[in-house]
Amino acid sequence: MSKNINIHVHHVTRIEGHGNIVVNVANGKIEKCQWQVPEAPRFFEAMVRGRRWDDIQTIVSRICGICSITHSLASTKAVEDALGLEVSEQADTIRILMHYSEQLQSHVLHVGYLVAPDLFTAPSVVPLVPKAPDAVKTIIRAHRVANQWSDLLAGRTTHPVTLTPGGLTKIPSEKELRQLQDTLKATVNDLVTICEVVLSVADKLPNFTRETEYISLRQDNPPTYTFYHGDITSTDCNGDGPVHIRDWEKVANEYVSPQSTAKWTRWHRDAYAVGALARFNNNADLLSPLGKKVAGMFGLKKGNCNPFMNNVAQLVECAHVVETSIEMIDKLLTKGLKQEKITVTPKAGRGTGCVEAPRGILFHTYEFDKNGECVAANICIPTNQNHANIQKDFEAFVPQFMDRGQDDLRLGLEMLVRSYDPCISCSTHMLNVEFVK
Amino acid sequence: MSKPRVAIFDFACCEGCQLQIVNLEEEILDLIGVVDVVEWREAMSEQSQEYDIALIEGSITRPEDEERVREIRKRAKILVALGACATIGGVNKLKNNFDIEEVKKCVYGKDAQMPHLATAMTKSVDEVVPVDFKIQGCPIDRKEFTYVVRCLLMGKTPVIPDYPVCVECKAKENVCRWEYGEVCLGPIIRAGCGARCPSSHFRCFGCRGYTDNPNVDAAKEVMDKYGLTVEDLKQKMELFGSKQGHTI
Repeated sequence: MSKNINIHVHHVTRIEGHGNIVVNVANGKIEKCQWQVPEAPRFFEAMVRGRRWDDIQTIVSRICGICSITHSLASTKAVEDALGLEVSEQADTIRILMHYSEQLQSHVLHVGYLVAPDLFTAPSVVPLVPKAPDAVKTIIRAHRVANQWSDLLAGRTTHPVTLTPGGLTKIPSEKELRQLQDTLKATVNDLVTICEVVLSVADKLPNFTRETEYISLRQDNPPTYTFYHGDITSTDCNGDGPVHIRDWEKVANEYVSPQSTAKWTRWHRDAYAVGALARFNNNADLLSPLGKKVAGMFGLKKGNCNPFMNNVAQLVECAHVVETSIEMIDKLLTKGLKQEKITVTPKAGRGTGCVEAPRGILFHTYEFDKNGECVAANICIPTNQNHANIQKDFEAFVPQFMDRGQDDLRLGLEMLVRSYDPCISCSTHMLNVEFVK
Repeated sequence: MSKPRVAIFDFACCEGCQLQIVNLEEEILDLIGVVDVVEWREAMSEQSQEYDIALIEGSITRPEDEERVREIRKRAKILVALGACATIGGVNKLKNNFDIEEVKKCVYGKDAQMPHLATAMTKSVDEVVPVDFKIQGCPIDRKEFTYVVRCLLMGKTPVIPDYPVCVECKAKENVCRWEYGEVCLGPIIRAGCGARCPSSHFRCFGCRGYTDNPNVDAAKEVMDKYGLTVEDLKQKMELFGSKQGHTI
């Protein structure tokens, strides 16, 4: 076995944003084992000050291209909370559908384009095109469906322009919704195919378990596998009631680490995890039948503490959001669509919006003066909430897997980071691995 | 003839423009067939040293990033700025309206002085190095992107519209956003987006930057007609149009 290991991955590839992995082992003793985030900080909370209530979404959507709908929804809900605006059931349903389109887009991108190359031992998805053209085309097709879905409801695939505090600027026609529903029905088979392809190489996901706390939204009324409504819960709550989203700062307990330009978080223990696996661990019993079937294919059960299974939980959610959306469109069409007028009167207030980004729970809080100009903001992003947990995983992973040699260990660590689907532009940006010799 | 070597780099941004390249879906397979993508951190593990075409996404916010962008310029035959952050600074320039030390304190509190949190005034790429072509928008338009790439591969100069969004918006027969009491930047912003936002009943907020000679008089006329002031307009122009130093 190798007694000395020096890994320095500077700017880890195939993740969204910049991160570094640094591991030094000398004579079998671990001297350094770090997950670093050097992404250029962008200071959104400072930049929104002085901007009007109706410009907040346009600005903070730009925190992240991949989860721009999620950031837009969280901020719009926060503005509505601050200004005391009600949203109609119709607008609420269309927003959730819009949100689901992003979950599908992001999860397919992550599992299909960024994780699959590791499972098929390729440096990127490009060499997989000649090797497995049908599988790659199925993945691209599902990704295109998700983007066309976003396009229809959000006005663009990235950075939505139909969201406004109080509702939506534009709603789809009944014909467009019917077409969308047909497309989604036709996508179910593609999703099952993608799951089967991933299942065929699922043994490449390392068998690694570390118990930690999993935090997500939870919705009891009506009971829903939620991405959009509800309160905060965790696997460490042990029957304690959920925490109101307005009290999220007591959950996240943000702090600055010298390893990172992104802030870190902790609640009941020294680190916690958010994302698809966290939602699954808290809410799995509320999944749609197809979602449960996909979980069954992979043997994924509630209480799973293998971070690599987050990729599988994402596939479970792909199935769930598509199946659930087909039903939601039925309900919208049965009721018939109505054009709604929105009127907003600015006033002073503080408000919070919380939704599940594809990569985990996201909090936005804003305070406005009587003219509706923002005076303070606080945003806490899912990837930040995972950084401390990634570090703790590293500390457990390196001693378990260092016997396999530097190259395998390096790949394992990169895969570990990728499994969290980090979106470092969100938190700021990251991914690099350094092995020091 | 060997395929042109293309590299994609990102600086401070949301990476939404790179995402639009991924969002070409099936078309990306054709693109990969005619170029050799030698570096793209977000999607690939490979890295390279020289490029025929370098695409840069994001704005420049730190001295070390200025160094990096100069290095890329040296290695690239053609440099293309991709998206609002790279072409005009984007929303990142809102930061320039504040005192930088105060901005750091606002976000990081007592930890603001930690060296890894250093930041500087936001710059677009052409404020640091010469840029050969700009693909505007937040995010970029996928069709415009493939058009520009196609032109570059054929050695032609891409033609980007130099008329305002209103032209495209009128062609779509949209009701003017000003009629709804909104401050829309359509009269002074460069077209090419197909007036996507007004077509979704959302005002233009200027992500493609100004036309070469924005017709300010016409804009003022529109504002007088709707009883709005230059201050109302400035507040909206700052979103994507904040300049180096204090705005306007």
